[in-house]
Amino acid sequence: MSTIARQGRGYRASYAVLYLAFLYVPVLFLPLFSFNQSIYIAFPIEGWTFKWYGTLLENERLHEALGNSLEIAITSSVLATTLAIFAAKAYTRYRYRGQRLSLGVVMLPMVLPEIIVGVSLLILLNQIGLGLGTHSVIIGHTLICLPFAIAVLMSRMEGFDRNLEEASLDLGEGPVTTFFRVTLPLILPGVVASLLLTFTISFDEFIIAFFLSATDTTLPVFIWSQLRFPQRLPTVLALGACILVFSAILVVFSEWIRRRGHVKAGPGVWN
Amino acid sequence: MSGGALAGDTAGASAQTADGWRSRWGRLYLQSEGIRGWCLSAPALFVVIAALAVPIGLLVLFSFWTQDYVDIDTTLTLNNYQTIADRTIYLTVFARSVGISGLVTLLTVLLAYPLAYYVAFDVTRHKMVWLVLITLPFWTSYLLRVFAWKIILGYDGVINSGLAWLGVIDEPLSFLLYNPFAVILTLAHAWAAFAILPIYVSLEKIDRSLLEAATDLGDGPLRRFWRVTFPLSMPGVIAAAIVIFIPTVGDYVTPTLVGGPSGLMIANLIQTQFSKANDWPLGAALSIASMVTVTLIACLFVWFSKRATEKIA
Repeated sequence: MSTIARQGRGYRASYAVLYLAFLYVPVLFLPLFSFNQSIYIAFPIEGWTFKWYGTLLENERLHEALGNSLEIAITSSVLATTLAIFAAKAYTRYRYRGQRLSLGVVMLPMVLPEIIVGVSLLILLNQIGLGLGTHSVIIGHTLICLPFAIAVLMSRMEGFDRNLEEASLDLGEGPVTTFFRVTLPLILPGVVASLLLTFTISFDEFIIAFFLSATDTTLPVFIWSQLRFPQRLPTVLALGACILVFSAILVVFSEWIRRRGHVKAGPGVWN
Repeated sequence: MSGGALAGDTAGASAQTADGWRSRWGRLYLQSEGIRGWCLSAPALFVVIAALAVPIGLLVLFSFWTQDYVDIDTTLTLNNYQTIADRTIYLTVFARSVGISGLVTLLTVLLAYPLAYYVAFDVTRHKMVWLVLITLPFWTSYLLRVFAWKIILGYDGVINSGLAWLGVIDEPLSFLLYNPFAVILTLAHAWAAFAILPIYVSLEKIDRSLLEAATDLGDGPLRRFWRVTFPLSMPGVIAAAIVIFIPTVGDYVTPTLVGGPSGLMIANLIQTQFSKANDWPLGAALSIASMVTVTLIACLFVWFSKRATEKIA
């Protein structure tokens, strides 16, 4: 390797480390100040405490919001992933007229500002008198999760040999049995990845829930309502630290699942 | 076979014809990829049409109506669009939103490219560790990531209190928060992964033998990058730009938390019409106007960058 190339690599490595610091330092201030005794988020740190984590356990509105968020995130991730399994199969396994158009339509929610999705659903639900609440947030979140689920599952389905499905059909299994006994086990890591991704998108989504949740506050909407009160900020920081740890575990877990999927499918499938 | 004939049959016969119909349908289903494709994608399409296409149609319709105190006047007019064109505040905020998002997109892509390049070409082992490290902060709450900047840049915030504690400053610096600069910085941080990942994927896909060929044919590292690597990574750059530009133009959280009056963006105007101002038709018109603007800019951008790539390569 030439000196120039090695130098370039050295610069890029130090740049990469600096960039990671830029990504992490602001986020890590949240857990840091969540252990601060003072309610003011400022240096110097007055002393260390766990008391703000204690307030998390007592706040009933927070528990309610957490419950709503979990209900919404689980429902929308399951709905979006289920719809996406079938749609992704249609887009990767077959070639037909109108396929690209159809794919373009289901991917649309990805390229629209979320506030547009929020206000347009607000108007529709208001006009047809369906009202607002958990159900309306689920509709909005399923919609915005759908393109992500389809993208994840399409890449998984493109990765395995379609001859396996055809072999099953040729050996006399019906399409339904083939799906459950051949396709589903092969795409399972993709399904899990899609569920985790869409769960996180929904759990974290703010603006659609802000417009559509009404009194069924979700966790982000609850956090938003707390940000205006300086005395409640330490509790929000403690909550943020918990979310941080929880998501880190989730990401590492999903990566582990994905790797196991690769190993299990074996070189015959992953050539 | 018509439905009437089916209904008139006896129970046994109708079961038989139903079976016949089912197996005929089954055979047809298996024969035609088109039918299978449309059937499998129908539920997803239905959701997008019912929860997106119909509401947006209604949004367009609403934008031609007018708010008449508590009622809505359903005569079709262009009044709302006239209001948007007449009042400079709307045009200013539109231009500012597009400007801020454009700068955020440019900054994020420029900052992300070397990192994506590093992970794609220089990292040989533990690539996955790098990717997980890059994505990890983005799995935490978006709201809190933005809020983190408010506590960093604030008047009594981390930077000011830290510098005062160290004795560097006597008075807190007030220019840090509540301006377009704070919005740009915050968004560039909040959306970083959305630039790194697409660029990384397109760099990773590049056939390494093309790079060797360029070197063998006498291209130096810079020329090789400009003629081979960069054009081939353009799809990732375009994807990153679109994925960042579109959502940031409509972002509500960041301008509200760190923007201040001089950093207000379109989403704040829209939200006001749907809450305090209670003028839904005007809010609808603002939404449609911003959606059309964003889409046009995005399309133009894709078209131009594709043309430009063709010229270089």
